Amino acid sequence: MSSQASMNAIVNDAASREYLVFSLGEEEYAVDILKVQEIRGYENVTRIANVPDFIKGVTNLRGVIVPIIDLRLKFHLDKVEYDGQTVVIVVNVDDRIVGIVVDGVSDVMSLAPDQIKPAPEFGVTLSSDYLSGIGSLEDRMLVLVDIEKLLTHEEMQLVERTAESA
Amino acid sequence: MDISDFYDTFFEEAEELLADMERLLLDLDVDDPDVEELNAIFRAAHSIKGGAGTFGFTVLQETTHLLENLLDHTRRGELTLRRDIVDTFLETKDMLHDQLNAYRNGSEPDAEAFERISRVLQQMALDELGQGGAAANVPAVATPEPAATTPAPSVESPESAEAGKGATQRLSITLTNVNDKDRNLLVDELEHFGVIASQSGDAARYQVVLDSAESQDDIEAVLCFIIEPEQLSIQAEAVAPAEAVAPAEDSADTTVREPMAETPVPSSEPAPASAETSVAEAPAVPSDKASSKPSGKSGGKNAKGSESSTIRVPVDKVDQIINLVGELIITQSMLEQTASDLDIVSHGPLVNGMNLLQRNARDLQESVMSIRMMPMDYVFSRFPRLVRDLAAKLGKDVELITEGKSTELDKSLIERIIDPLTHLVRNSLDHGLESPERREAAGKSPTGHLTLSAQHQGGNILIEVIDDGAGLNRDRILAKARSNGLAVTDTMSDDDVWQLIFAPGFSTAEQVSDVSGRGVGMDVVKRNIQAMGGHVEILSKPNQGTTTRIVLPLTLAILDGMSIRCGGETFLLPLNAVLESLQPQPDDIYSMAGDDQLLKVRDEYLPIIALHHALDVANARTELTEAIAVIVQGEGRRYALLVDDLIGQQQVVVKNLETNYRKVPGISAATILGDGSVALILDIADLHRLDRRKSQQRHEAKRQHLQEVSLV
Repeated sequence: MSSQASMNAIVNDAASREYLVFSLGEEEYAVDILKVQEIRGYENVTRIANVPDFIKGVTNLRGVIVPIIDLRLKFHLDKVEYDGQTVVIVVNVDDRIVGIVVDGVSDVMSLAPDQIKPAPEFGVTLSSDYLSGIGSLEDRMLVLVDIEKLLTHEEMQLVERTAESA
Repeated sequence: MDISDFYDTFFEEAEELLADMERLLLDLDVDDPDVEELNAIFRAAHSIKGGAGTFGFTVLQETTHLLENLLDHTRRGELTLRRDIVDTFLETKDMLHDQLNAYRNGSEPDAEAFERISRVLQQMALDELGQGGAAANVPAVATPEPAATTPAPSVESPESAEAGKGATQRLSITLTNVNDKDRNLLVDELEHFGVIASQSGDAARYQVVLDSAESQDDIEAVLCFIIEPEQLSIQAEAVAPAEAVAPAEDSADTTVREPMAETPVPSSEPAPASAETSVAEAPAVPSDKASSKPSGKSGGKNAKGSESSTIRVPVDKVDQIINLVGELIITQSMLEQTASDLDIVSHGPLVNGMNLLQRNARDLQESVMSIRMMPMDYVFSRFPRLVRDLAAKLGKDVELITEGKSTELDKSLIERIIDPLTHLVRNSLDHGLESPERREAAGKSPTGHLTLSAQHQGGNILIEVIDDGAGLNRDRILAKARSNGLAVTDTMSDDDVWQLIFAPGFSTAEQVSDVSGRGVGMDVVKRNIQAMGGHVEILSKPNQGTTTRIVLPLTLAILDGMSIRCGGETFLLPLNAVLESLQPQPDDIYSMAGDDQLLKVRDEYLPIIALHHALDVANARTELTEAIAVIVQGEGRRYALLVDDLIGQQQVVVKNLETNYRKVPGISAATILGDGSVALILDIADLHRLDRRKSQQRHEAKRQHLQEVSLV
């Protein structure tokens, strides 16, 4: 996996960027790898009352209290299970550390600018506001998530903007 | 290394010196000034001048110079102190502070202000000392050139000028353990003072022989901005030839004063060649201990003595240590939990080790926490001046009493308490205490008393502003509240009435009556205190005075908590909010209109907050009589909180939820438990609000549902 990633990095030109690919159900998504701090298992999450269901709660990341959100719930996926395989991607955006629960992490991909197509207008569940584009890689389609916009979006209720919205 | 690297050190030291100066000036007995105190004030001005000269802060240097000269005359008894003179000194001190701030911000100080204060000081020198001719030729004011900065001769007394001109001396300066960079800098500095006759040595011991007209103290004061006093020793040698005076004349300060003239050790006299005075001990040699007042002197001495025994550390470094120690404590309790299952007999050494670790970790935590603690004196010390100025302005006679100065409080809190406290003190002076005439008419002593006190009470610190003034006027507050449209009744308890002055509407009231003025910004005070996790209480009696009490947690970082269980979840209650816990009896539970329920505890009816209801906890005990009621207190009110179980008492490290997340209703912060999981710390008052809101929502929903049903 890592050798492939580095190969990709060498093959593609300097303008290409690396993305961490993760799966939600059958779909493949990708986030800018520079935003990713670490990947860990799902464990020991303390529930917070009176918040949307996709906010699972908070956990202890080496002494730092980190909120955990489940993108599967946010994107209304049918099957949401928590087991030993459930993965949390810890991302660092806007000086905040947030953990996002996904079904799995597959690999690190390098995408050149010409491999990234503009995101179509999606509509209901996944606003194109959160997307930085669609990455096409041979026969795979990666939904490139602009994690910063997604997490700081008002709808996520992660960041305090308006007084009481819960 | 650039000399500007030392700017910060200078600014901080100068700021401390100015604070010292102000304190001493305020303590000064105008009619019978203590020589030691006058010396201390002089030394402060002198040290600032020395530093300002070194770093080229011309305006600051000149202003201090003028002040210093006047102080010099004062301590020699040539200038008789009066209250207005002290006022001018204080004003000058404020000006110096402004100048210092200007330099700190990289700008030039206000030239106009400088000119004005210079004129005032020079005029004072003229008037008080009657040195007409000399003082007239002071061109320095308009032209702040370093070389032309010495209006000194004008106000200098004859004998000191004489002493200064003749006394070029050969000084042997020994630098120990000074690295090359600093040494070069120091030698450069020394060149400003005179002519360097020779220099030799290495990093461990470097000797410079200097012919200078400056006093040892001057040189020490300047060099000590770069190195520690212990590293420096200055020794006077034989009198140097007179020609050395000429080059020295050009340097910033040409006159030699003898700051230590009153001390038994004649340090600046060239005669005793062996009279080695190390800088560290020089300021600490007081003249005669018997004559000086204990209060002022001990303060001055402490400040001096602590110079070499303290280090300046950025707060974030301390915070990092505190965080790490917090982690260590958590790890230690995790280990302890694991080890508690082990058999003591077969694992004796391990268990012993664990005990030792626990003790050491706690000690370490306590020591680290104490780093952040600062005495309340830091806050209280700024009030004598405020009270003095304000009382004079208002024509009131006020005596300020401070109690519990040494009470310690977390640094972050201590800085945030200053503004609210200033506000309360102003209020008390302005509206609480009456004028001397009115006081006498009311049968009280004409002098009003304002007491600031601080004391520990459990995990809290109580800070009180007590005045023996007129007290709050209940009727006027009620009338005002009515006109503001607040819901009030005549039968409200006094406590509830006093709380009205914290209502935001009260603040904008016209300031004519004593009551309306009291409310100015009180809502802001309350908000600030609440943001610090504390609350404000008011006690007031007509004609006897008002006490405003601020209750604050000792520290934000560590909390004594009571852990409780509800459903499968663990929460923490701040221990100082917990009053008692009991098993509710069916007879004691009363319900009010709607879903509201009250618990009767010893003739008091407390609103019931069911934790599982407020925080949607699943699988909790919903039957009231099966649960445990914890009587808790938040924002001055009591509630009965229903929980499943009490687990126990423990100290926890408070972790902010808002760092990575946001404010959660009903929750003040989070913490990490021994098993590494996160537990939420409950905020009682907010929890009650949340509970009310949820009940209302439920009520609404029910009503809507009923309406829909009836429509169908």
